[in-house]
Amino acid sequence: MLIEARDVPNLGFNFDLYSRNDMLTKKGLKPPGYLKTGTTIVGLIYKEGVILGADTRATAGPIVADKNCEKIHYMAPNIYCCGAGTAADTEAVTDNISSQLKLHRYHTGRESRVVTALTLLKSHLFRYQGHVSAALVLGGVDLTGPHLHTIYPHGSTDTLPFATMGSGSLAAMAIFESEYREGLTRDEGVNLVTKAICSGIFNDLGSGSNVDICVIEKGKKEYLRNHLTPNPRTYISSKGYAFSKKTEVLLTKITPLKELVDVVQVGGDGMEE
Amino acid sequence: MPKEHANWSPYDNNGGTCVAIAGSDYCVIAADTRMSTGYSILTREYSKICKLADKSFMASSGFQADVKALQKVLSSRHLIYQHQHNKQMSCPAMAQLLSNTLYYKRFFPYYAFNVLGGLDSEGKGCVFTYDAVGSYERVGYSAQGSGATLITPFLDNQLKSPSPLLLPAKDAVTPLSETEAVDLVKTCFASATERDIYTGDSVEIIILNANGVRRETEQLRRD
Repeated sequence: MLIEARDVPNLGFNFDLYSRNDMLTKKGLKPPGYLKTGTTIVGLIYKEGVILGADTRATAGPIVADKNCEKIHYMAPNIYCCGAGTAADTEAVTDNISSQLKLHRYHTGRESRVVTALTLLKSHLFRYQGHVSAALVLGGVDLTGPHLHTIYPHGSTDTLPFATMGSGSLAAMAIFESEYREGLTRDEGVNLVTKAICSGIFNDLGSGSNVDICVIEKGKKEYLRNHLTPNPRTYISSKGYAFSKKTEVLLTKITPLKELVDVVQVGGDGMEE
Repeated sequence: MPKEHANWSPYDNNGGTCVAIAGSDYCVIAADTRMSTGYSILTREYSKICKLADKSFMASSGFQADVKALQKVLSSRHLIYQHQHNKQMSCPAMAQLLSNTLYYKRFFPYYAFNVLGGLDSEGKGCVFTYDAVGSYERVGYSAQGSGATLITPFLDNQLKSPSPLLLPAKDAVTPLSETEAVDLVKTCFASATERDIYTGDSVEIIILNANGVRRETEQLRRD
């Protein structure tokens, strides 16, 4: 029995234009660039739950595209996910799995578990064989306790007490490896996460601007957007700058149009044929 | 048989931005002090400005190893000139020397993007802008380096000098006062720092006028 083209399920990427794009690239056409988040993202487990942290700079090559973007994404009331890599990919994948979790909550009548979000994310990323460039730090608290995981673009995962991802991950991990210990209090945890993100902000050029924090405990969560803003604008001129409101007139040349037709009205009013 | 390419490059880009503005009786030369490689910062306090003569300062961004070598070559050539002519080189003369030095290495260039600023023999400000192989032009103002694309349109709007726009450069200098020009430069760097990851930390500003040389520093964002 033949399947019609429209009956084939539309899963995964469509690679039909691959050879045409490849030919164009060889001829010298530059492919469009992606907006990457540069990024420092971290997570750690403390006495009562999980704390996630992220910087707020989004880069397009060497240019800062967004000075204050949000990298800590909502997955479920008790689960949040930090994303590094291609901004569109992290946004799309977290939104998608967040929707799937909600439907699952309706279906089961229970609070979502972190391992569920983990499995949905890793299966999705594995199916796309690394083409979805999203590196995630997933954290949350469910009935089995606090959990923290890292997810790589190809679909592998790690379960850790503290984790860092993104271009600033080494700067942040240096702080964690020096100062992390088990059983931190909430304030100690927030301070350590802030310190790690600041290390990324000041030592990594792909990360910058402000520190976002999310504290998740059993039964409650606190989203601290712009918890720290250590990068105010330095120099603001006191005199200000004037910009002329009009476009400058460089040259004025008037060319009168030649008359082609003489319109003569013969009787009646102009509306009659 | 496809040709194999080297996976090693003799060049690196240490980032940074340089700006110079010429006035009727002064010249402002400025550069940020951040030196970076890839996504890392090597140092926050590196001077990209070099004094070539009493009235000539060169600011260079690009590959700092090549910049250092170029500065050494120009300084020693200037010393020889002083021995032979018993006087300092004028800024336009230094400008020509820099162009020749760059073109000398046309087929293995100095990866240096230069801006030369100083006072000419009449005491008027002069700014010369270069590409990596020595093509140069006297202008009223110029920016080079990673933040140049962000700064140049702003300077075009504020200074409206005959520099890159329509008219021939009959008088290249800006009518702004010295304090206004320094304020403009600080604003340029603060703005470029917001959007360019390679520009920041602090900006070093050299002001040249009839009374001598003055140096100012302004802190910038360090992220």
